[in-house]
Amino acid sequence: MHLLFQPMAFIASLYLLSEGGARENLAFNPAVLIASLYVFALAAFLGYQVISRVPPLLHTPLMSATNAISGISLIGSLVIGGSRYEHHQTLASVLGCAAVTSAMINVTGGFLITDRMLKMFRKKDATQKDTHSAEGKK
Amino acid sequence: MSHGELFLQGTYLIASILFVMGLRSLSHPDTARRGMIMAAAGMAAAVIGTLFHPDIHNYLYIAIGLILGSAIGIPMAMVPMTAMPQRTALSHAFGALAASMVGIAEYVIHGSSLGTVKLGALGLEVMLGSLTVTGSLIAASKLQELMRGTPIQFKGQQIVNLCLFLTMVTFFVLWLVNPDKAVFFYTMAGCAFVFGVLLVIPIGSADMPVVMSLLNSYAGLSSAATGFVLSNNVLIIAGTLDGFSGFILSILMCKAMNRSITNVLFGGFGAVTAADSAAAGSMREVTLDDVAVQLAYANQVVFVPGYGMATAQAQHAVRELGNLLEERGVSVKYGIHPVAGRMPGHMNVLLAEANVPYSSLYEMDQINPELPATDVAVVIGANDVVNPDARDNPKSPIAGMPIIEVDRAKSVVVLKRGKGKGFSGLENPLFFKPVTGMLYGDAKASLTNLTQAVQRV
Repeated sequence: MHLLFQPMAFIASLYLLSEGGARENLAFNPAVLIASLYVFALAAFLGYQVISRVPPLLHTPLMSATNAISGISLIGSLVIGGSRYEHHQTLASVLGCAAVTSAMINVTGGFLITDRMLKMFRKKDATQKDTHSAEGKK
Repeated sequence: MSHGELFLQGTYLIASILFVMGLRSLSHPDTARRGMIMAAAGMAAAVIGTLFHPDIHNYLYIAIGLILGSAIGIPMAMVPMTAMPQRTALSHAFGALAASMVGIAEYVIHGSSLGTVKLGALGLEVMLGSLTVTGSLIAASKLQELMRGTPIQFKGQQIVNLCLFLTMVTFFVLWLVNPDKAVFFYTMAGCAFVFGVLLVIPIGSADMPVVMSLLNSYAGLSSAATGFVLSNNVLIIAGTLDGFSGFILSILMCKAMNRSITNVLFGGFGAVTAADSAAAGSMREVTLDDVAVQLAYANQVVFVPGYGMATAQAQHAVRELGNLLEERGVSVKYGIHPVAGRMPGHMNVLLAEANVPYSSLYEMDQINPELPATDVAVVIGANDVVNPDARDNPKSPIAGMPIIEVDRAKSVVVLKRGKGKGFSGLENPLFFKPVTGMLYGDAKASLTNLTQAVQRV
């Protein structure tokens, strides 16, 4: 895997150094695409590793947490909602505002309820230990 | 790269690292909370960084969106735990809606100047996003029982779905070839919205854990596609993490039902029922006092909850009974099947809410070896996940599904609302076994009465 990725990384970074950044062009830039695919592949691999370790006990919090994290599309929405455009300004602002709203619902709601759930998962408390030490009296 | 740009990218890098660390901390309940605070801090960093984005000039719409979103998001975090599945489905809908609106806005603003590759990503983003929006809304209304939970099927459904899917893909390709034709783009998006509805209506409520996980995955992948359109790494990373999390969960849920994803999505399970089951004979009804005596003098009791516990809101009553038994020196454990309930981990959250410590919650593979040494297994509103037909009857529709083998326990008590079949409509031979006693009635009331009866023993 590393043998495959390293040359790719090298080529991608060479591309980036030579022409990335300097181009104002919105359109397709092969270097950026390769770098993005690279990030995607690594994130997928990392995601698989990290998420496989989450026990079934925490699958509901996992789902609401990843849901909150995917509210990251908020940052794309913010730029659209706040930018000036030559054409379609109203439509862009309205779409941006609606997108900020939906993403923000995910972010606030998702993190808050995940925290609320995780607060409930606890080990045996003190009173519980007492009854356990008394176990065997029967 | 200007200083502003460096600052912005710096916050995104920090956010990405914090997201990964946050998810990693979910590998143990003791570290999970701290990790989630880190992830939330990462999100805050990314948002604050973006507010200083050089392109942002007008903060009015942003402020409206942020305030409105919080005003809806915060109450949505206050729902009771029994409503977790529908809340999560609704939240998938909002996440996907945000991603698809970003996609539509990008297309409206930049049009065909984005180039074919980015337009391709944009198309995927809008398709996945749109079908997730409507699919999640249908899932949420099924879970909230706004519409009936049984599969909705009609003749030629699969052909209609296939045609719609092909139409959607055709318009996607047509649009990529003629990116200036907005009508192709909007037709594609429209098809995706309808496709989302058609995809979820034939799926029964009992299969919701798989559907929820899949929709979670689509919402994430849609965000990742947004990252490709905007050339933004933090979006790609966060979206991919979400996408893969949902994907892994769907596979786990399918494994726990011994079915393939295609079978869940297109099988219309619960509509057809195979008749031949080993279920024959009569069910033995037991009285409250009998059960109370059994429980009070047991060495080990295992509770096996199912969706019925959630509908009866019986988690606190279970906990009270469990507490009382523990006080008497009985070893009390809870056996949780991976697909019990309506979303992954549903039962764990409900029991945690009722103050059951997580050390008493056992996964299926952990509890099964313990069952032969268990005096009483108490099944609370669970059906398919304890159906021995899955193990013994190769003709059963759920054949091969791993179950919690309560029938191996010395005695089984099934708390059930009535004599009818369970949600899937399958006969459950467990109810007819000599070892099994049926205790009819509302689970919560039965448990409360049992607690009182045990106190009298």
